[in-house]
Amino acid sequence: MRKLAPRLISAIGLLLAVLVLNFLLIHAAPGDPVQVIVGDMGGASPQLIAQMKAQYGLDKPLPVQLGLYLWQVLHGNFGYSVYFNMPVLDLILQRLPATIVLVLSSLILAVVIGTLLGIFSARRPRGILSHLVTLVSLFGFSAPVFWTGIMLTILFASVIPIFPVSGMFSVRDTGGFFAQTLDLLRHLVLPSVTLASIYIATYSRLARAAMLDVLGADYIRTARAKGLSERRVVFGHALRNGLIPIVTMVGLQFGQLLAGAVLVETVFNWPGLGRLAFDSILRRDYSTLLAILFFSAILVMVANALTDLAYRWIDPRIGGGRTRKATKTPAAPGSKSPGPAKG
Amino acid sequence: MTALRTKALAALAATSLAALSLTAGPALAQSAPKDGGTLVMGTVGVPRHFDGAIQSGIATALPSTQIFASPLRYDKNWDPEPYLAKSWEVAKDGKSVTLHLVDNAKFSDGTPVTAEDVKFSIETIKKYHPFKTMLAPVTTVDTPDKYTVVIHLAHPYPALLLAMSPALMPILPEHVYGKGDIQTNPANLKPVGSGPFKLVSYKQGDSYVLEKNPDFFLKGRPHLDKIIVKIFADPENMVLAVQNGEVDVAPLLSDVRDIQRLEKAPDVTVSNKGFEAIGPINWLEFNTKKKPFDDVRVRQAIGYAINKKFIVDRLLGGVAKRAYGPIAPGSPLATTDVNHYDYNPKKANELLDEAGLKKGADGTRFTMTVDYIPGSVDIGRNVVEYMRSALRQVGIKVEVRTSPDFPTWSNRISNYDFDLTEDDVYNWGDPVIGVARTYLSSNIRKGVVWANMAQYDNPKVDKLLNEAAVEGDPAKRKELYAEFQKIVVGDAPILFLNTVPFAIAYKKGLENVPAGIWGSLQPWDNVYWSKKN
Repeated sequence: MRKLAPRLISAIGLLLAVLVLNFLLIHAAPGDPVQVIVGDMGGASPQLIAQMKAQYGLDKPLPVQLGLYLWQVLHGNFGYSVYFNMPVLDLILQRLPATIVLVLSSLILAVVIGTLLGIFSARRPRGILSHLVTLVSLFGFSAPVFWTGIMLTILFASVIPIFPVSGMFSVRDTGGFFAQTLDLLRHLVLPSVTLASIYIATYSRLARAAMLDVLGADYIRTARAKGLSERRVVFGHALRNGLIPIVTMVGLQFGQLLAGAVLVETVFNWPGLGRLAFDSILRRDYSTLLAILFFSAILVMVANALTDLAYRWIDPRIGGGRTRKATKTPAAPGSKSPGPAKG
Repeated sequence: MTALRTKALAALAATSLAALSLTAGPALAQSAPKDGGTLVMGTVGVPRHFDGAIQSGIATALPSTQIFASPLRYDKNWDPEPYLAKSWEVAKDGKSVTLHLVDNAKFSDGTPVTAEDVKFSIETIKKYHPFKTMLAPVTTVDTPDKYTVVIHLAHPYPALLLAMSPALMPILPEHVYGKGDIQTNPANLKPVGSGPFKLVSYKQGDSYVLEKNPDFFLKGRPHLDKIIVKIFADPENMVLAVQNGEVDVAPLLSDVRDIQRLEKAPDVTVSNKGFEAIGPINWLEFNTKKKPFDDVRVRQAIGYAINKKFIVDRLLGGVAKRAYGPIAPGSPLATTDVNHYDYNPKKANELLDEAGLKKGADGTRFTMTVDYIPGSVDIGRNVVEYMRSALRQVGIKVEVRTSPDFPTWSNRISNYDFDLTEDDVYNWGDPVIGVARTYLSSNIRKGVVWANMAQYDNPKVDKLLNEAAVEGDPAKRKELYAEFQKIVVGDAPILFLNTVPFAIAYKKGLENVPAGIWGSLQPWDNVYWSKKN
């Protein structure tokens, strides 16, 4: 409890900062939601514009609007989406599952493939395949995610149309639960690979460096000397320690993954929070955007807390007074790992 | 007035014939439409809700015209046809219109459509619809019996019949929409109407599903069982989806490259028929209160320095039509008897010299900023990029200013922070609704997008527009609008370039795709699949 209280206080402070800063930022952008609505309507009378501004509280001074908004959030009310015409919380809950599916599948894909590629190239660091992995990873890392998405769409949805262009499900009836799951998976492939492409590079480089480090350690030589199979040496002994920087990175990159989801969801018309955020920015749908950013901040905080827990699981020595140190200074690629868990 | 009456009688005769053909049904048709099937539409418009009585715009009008019926509908010749009103009469003095409603129309909740619902809807539209001028002359609405509606007008108002189109006058059930504040009525998202389809689900910003209304009052219609509308974040993905068959119809394309791509796609038909009533015109609008654009010679000079033929034929690949004035080509009120500003750089130079804007040592007379609506690539960005080199020829340096999104552009232009902007504006049927707003000096309203943003002020134009709005004689009305067009084009607060190339792309096998004056913004009740889909 003693450690939880300061953490909670700093978390609340951070969330307040997220709300206030984002509120000010989005209001600094030119125009307001009423202008967007009027644009969609093909014009409107000044009376109607004034009426809508009053209805949505946009006629009040900015500090008053901010105060009212914070008061509302304090009471668990995230407001009403002016553009989508429904309570923001309902809108977010409607979109959340799509983002969770996309982000988690991309994360798993990136971590698993990235780590495997890293291990693979660490074992023969000067081999042709190792260089190939480096090249492909760097390409994935350097290419902008929206470009990768568009290229994959053109290639696999138009030139060789094996995957659907966009969306999460076919709009036509696909049948029962099993058929729908298959349909979802077909739709998931391109966006998930696109989002994972940047992170595959990160994880493969990280895993390669960490594994190179670990594989040269004394205890690995000992394990090999004991006559253990290479598979056991790599996956049973080396990988566990090699995982520490990767787990750190997963925690740190969760926020970036959500940011990447904004682009990927927009390119692939994925009906998640990312696309909603993009639409909300273009449409100046203040309450929706602020709520998405607020919940994203919470998700990032939760991800960081889970990372802490994962450390303890991977390396039981981390904990107590050393936990915070480990959280604050994550192991950089190539840095010394905390050492063998078991000999 | 006599002419108006004749027109009304002619319409009545046409009405009876049309009604007869409807009751005669498939027997008269060349090939009998087949019932059944699902249609998947792709769109980029997100409907805020489905209540077209209080929300204008294409995104809402597309579903609203399917969900709600209206008193009249229009054919491709701008002639009214019966819909909820089986017949109608315009009074001799033009100051009232009587509607005789069908007696078998029901809302999707089972209640009958009555005169009271029509009265309620007209009053609601007058009060809440964004196009305030549309029903402004309506004073009162009487309901002498259950199926008769009498609309009283302050003065003769020829635009009223067009305002009774599905896109502009959805008839709402009073018992559903009459309770509480209509702006926040939950039925806006769960609509109850009497149109050919009813809404069964809406996933905000993602897709919505319309199902056949089994109680639709036109027997044998609609033919389709279901329309699924998928909302795309951008038109490129939508076009790809049409190409690979995920989507059956893109009801409203406006990008030249998209149209050209789909024209080449096998199994896809692209039609640009109809849309005249929406009347979208692409133009260049000056800030006429800012120097040197307050000088008509400078505006005209820029008109002569731009090669409109090059824009239409080359930049727009011949897909769009040339527009010469403020009333969209295709409207019976449009005229081409105006100055065409044919490409003439010599004349442009002369006019600029005359205006005292001599070339400097580097050949530049002055520098101007040109804006464009974000998102419009072909008719916006490419046109203003072309202007950069075109105006350079006459000594004007153009700086193109990009806006990241619509509110940024609209904020700049409506607050007069601009020199010249590309803009595309819709006529919305009659000039009273969508044309006059751009030129009336009484509509110079800072901060209001698509008001008179050029701040154009000509008392003669004000007078003509106000007279034409209440002129009951169609021929006289046409004359007044012809003179208005001539003056506006001459004064050049706006340089008219081309129509926005609206088109519908649909999979082969889909028949009777709407091609009327409202394009896809009309009931899709007669659309059917000729082959199984």
